[in-house]
Amino acid sequence: MTWLLDQPLTWLVATLLAYRAGCWLRDRTGRHPLAQPVLVAVAVLAAAILATGADLDVFTDGTAAVSFLLGPATVALAVPLHRQLHRLRGYVLPLLGSLVVGALVSITTAYGLVVLLGGSEELGRTMAPKATTAAVSIPLSESLGGIASLTAALTILAGILGAVAGPTVLTWLRVRDPRARGLAVGAASHGIGTARVLGEDEVAGAFSGLSMGLTALLTSLLLPLLAQLL
Amino acid sequence: MRFLTGLTWLLGCQLVGTVIVHLTGVPVPAPVIGMLLLLVVLRVRHPSAGGDGEGSVHVAADALLGHLQLFFVPAGVGVVAYLGLLRADALPVVAGLVGSWLAGLAAVGLLAQALAGRRSAPGEVPGGLPGEPPGGGSGA
Repeated sequence: MTWLLDQPLTWLVATLLAYRAGCWLRDRTGRHPLAQPVLVAVAVLAAAILATGADLDVFTDGTAAVSFLLGPATVALAVPLHRQLHRLRGYVLPLLGSLVVGALVSITTAYGLVVLLGGSEELGRTMAPKATTAAVSIPLSESLGGIASLTAALTILAGILGAVAGPTVLTWLRVRDPRARGLAVGAASHGIGTARVLGEDEVAGAFSGLSMGLTALLTSLLLPLLAQLL
Repeated sequence: MRFLTGLTWLLGCQLVGTVIVHLTGVPVPAPVIGMLLLLVVLRVRHPSAGGDGEGSVHVAADALLGHLQLFFVPAGVGVVAYLGLLRADALPVVAGLVGSWLAGLAAVGLLAQALAGRRSAPGEVPGGLPGEPPGGGSGA
């Protein structure tokens, strides 16, 4: 049994099965917001790893192929964007204006709230880039003097938060324009949030993917400037 | 075969993105540069052609994007290793994360909708505003 837990292939198969279970649960519950396949799969696999005391390195090894596909899948976001690009006409100002303000708000509230609530400055710096995709938040945290691995975890959690609650919160706020909904989810919850909205509305999904990319760029430019002020 | 051709396009754009990031040091992930490159490729080639190039890219992209959540599962499981660290500073971490996430989401959503004006009917997809000149800076 322990031998089986040490096989990377075991965890690849387990990951695919856990994801399938998540999809099944989502469809079974009539697309309940909490039944996000990513959340279900992570919960099941984390519980399995903790319960069996399996080596996380073996898991990472086995699922490297799955993680690798994130690259081409991100490139693939150009396709829904291409199909929806005509909706950008006359929308350049709302797009850029909201994303610049959004990046500033995300950075300052992340740092400010942590420090205000008694966290260390280091923890504040660790939180500051959490809204961007992990490929950007991790190096940003490093260069800022944060704890990069913790930033990675917070980034994932911000994404899952968006996948679970993003569309619901936007509906409460009466944000109904699918373009604005997509921009908001992509700016606050990067690719994981994009994955959720893309499954429900192609317009929102396309704008979410674009928002994720632009937010990564804006945050990379703005965060070092803000860090000098903080 | 169409899937494989499409996947090659996607990986090729990612590779060119990697080269661009390596050469220029631009602070953006290579796949995001690849996404913008692919968008240019799709624009330049006629979108409705549906020939071998675009058709296959669409096939591969739709297949991958249909399961985008799957690709985040390994990273999510990695969070487990940091649960202890997160627990130590539970209040600032949880309140900071949720509060800041909410502020960012609300700021972008409300501002984007306000700047675009309220012409979109509730629940209805706003049109592409075909009458306006392309690239017009005015959102109102």
